[in-house]
Parts: sequence; C-alpha cells; structure tokens
Amino acid sequence: MFGFSLRSRRKPAKQSAETARDRLQILLAHERSTGSGPDCLPELQRDILAAIKRHMKIDNDAVDIRMDRGDELSSLEINIEFPAAEPSR
Amino acid sequence: MTSQMKQEPPVESKVIVITSGKGGVGKTTSAAAISAGLAQRGYRTVVIDFDVGLRNLDMIMGCERRVVFDFINVIQGDARLKQALIKDKRLENLSILPTSQTRDKDALTKEGVEKVLNELREDFDYIICDSPAGIERGAQLAMYFADEAVVVTNPEVSSVRDSDRVLGLLSSKTARAEKADAEPIKAQALLTRYDNQRITSGEMMTVEDVLEILAVPLLGVIPESSAILRASNTGTPVVLDEPSNASVAYEDAVSRLIGEQVEMRMESDRRPGLFQRLFGRTA
Repeated sequence: MFGFSLRSRRKPAKQSAETARDRLQILLAHERSTGSGPDCLPELQRDILAAIKRHMKIDNDAVDIRMDRGDELSSLEINIEFPAAEPSR
Repeated sequence: MTSQMKQEPPVESKVIVITSGKGGVGKTTSAAAISAGLAQRGYRTVVIDFDVGLRNLDMIMGCERRVVFDFINVIQGDARLKQALIKDKRLENLSILPTSQTRDKDALTKEGVEKVLNELREDFDYIICDSPAGIERGAQLAMYFADEAVVVTNPEVSSVRDSDRVLGLLSSKTARAEKADAEPIKAQALLTRYDNQRITSGEMMTVEDVLEILAVPLLGVIPESSAILRASNTGTPVVLDEPSNASVAYEDAVSRLIGEQVEMRMESDRRPGLFQRLFGRTA
C-alpha cells in the first residue's frame, strides 16, 4: 500500500519533468542555431513565390508554409496553390 | 474526447486581456487554461501572445515546434494572419497566435494590433490577449482594445499593488476609456497560487482582503497546485490535463466569464488527507 502511494505520487511528476527537459532541449537547439534569424521564413516564402512566379502565374498568397520541429528531423511543408486552368494573359 | 457542447455564441466577439502588472503570477497559465476552457465549451477561441521577445505561450500550449510565422510577421505584412495562426491539435476551435522571439515590443503598433484584432473578430467568438508583465508598450497594447480584463493576482503585497495600478490603466489608457460613449472595460480579479493552509495560519491575505483592496468582482480562485507545473512541463493547458483542483477552479472561472453563476469553491490541492498525513508526506 505504501509503495503504491509513493509510486503514484512521484512517478508522473518525474515523467513530466523529463518531458519538459526534452521539449526545451529541442526548442533551444533550434533557437540557438544560426540561419534561422527573424526573417528567415518570410524571406524563404518570398523567394519561393518569386521563383514560381517566373514560371507560372500564381497569387501572392498562394504559398503556405508549415513547420514541425523534431529532435531528429524537422519538416518544412510547402503548399502552393494555383488555378486549375491557366488564366489568359 | 472533450465535450463540444454547442453554446449560444456571444452576440459579438469579445476581446479579453489577461494582465497583472507583476510577472510570474500566472498570466500565461491562466490565458492558456481560459482559452482552452472556452474552446471546450464550443466557442471559437484564439489566444494571442503579446510578450514580444519572450515568447512562452507556445510552450504552455505545447505548439512550440509548429511556429512558422508570428504576430509581428502579420503586423508587418510578411505573412497572412491565417498562416500565423496555429490550430490546436486537441481542440479544433482553438487557435494560437504566437509572438516573435527575436523582435522587441517596438515592433507592435496600435494600428497593427487593431487590424489583426478586427480580422480575428470575424472568425472568433473570444480573443484572449496574453499580456506581458509590466505596464509598458506591450502590456498597454494588449489591454488597449479589450472589452474585458482578467487581472491575475497573487495574495501577496507586490502583486496586489501592481494589480491596482493595472486596474487604473484599464480605466484610463484604453480605447473604451477614451471613447466617451463606450462602456468601461469589465475587469475581474483572478486569484492564483492560493494556499488555504497558509491563509488558515494567517500568513497569507484572504480573498476578502484582496477584493476589498482592489474593489473588483472575483472571477475565480485558483489553488496552488502541483498540476500547474505538470501541465506546463507537458505543454498542456491545465483544463485539458488530468482533473485537479486547479483545473476545476479554472473551469469554474470560465463559467463565470461567460456569465454563468457558479458558487466559489476554495479548496487547496495541498490539504493532506488522513492517509497522506500518516504516510505520504516524506518529501
């Protein structure tokens, strides 16, 4: 009974502290790394938009960027919407 | 999972600032819990981090890995609002608008904030503004366009004094204060880190003491609780984590915020039961 009470009181606390440490390590590693300055993503978005615009006609807000940072790999998801039929110029 | 009772939406969207003056009293924890609580009840809710340069709401909400664009990018025209809003993975009608970690408060402009809030008003029932500590630009802009305010206060002298100062600003330096025909901001106090044991022993001011000084209605009393740290460790708003006295207290506060009458319950998480008194307090 005593042992059970100790486990149920302590174990979740330890687990959540570990979660906290892991989350911070991943986040801070990303924040400290160079190359992700304040305007990195808006600039990337502008560059992608400009590159695509050289080849096809798309709206200025047709690019959608999503990010998911992980401990082993991060993913950058870029969705570009363009009209089904090429509008006449 | 969570109940999505369809409630009557508010007649028009409400902007609610969570503010305090003093730091570390529980603004972000409360902003996260209140917005998750509102979303749980079916309201379309967005929570905005106004603490430019010291972004933390994303961590408390558990979406820090998904931040691409932020509030400042939207104000400066580098991203659309829809791109910067992060949809919560637990509650579909909850969104988070993170702030910038690299800029400073000067990146916020009154016009920019107003434009973003007006755009959000079209899609959300509740817009929760998580204010930075202090009373400077970030805090002033977080409260400027508010319809209501939740003043987070600890039963402790410096916190109560700062809350009083913030209440003064709410009634003088805000859009509603400046417009002659507007109703003043409805401000309510949320007492956090409330410790029944220390109040019983006379170490800590009581709810009545604090309310008498501040002279505002009471939105709720949140007990000091280990559940708060656990929730922040895992990036879960307290009301979405395992039930605790703190989560129940936040749910009650949310009920009062939407106008329901709920009796005040004052329970401390730390009151030991007989079993704990006998065996469990070896820490």
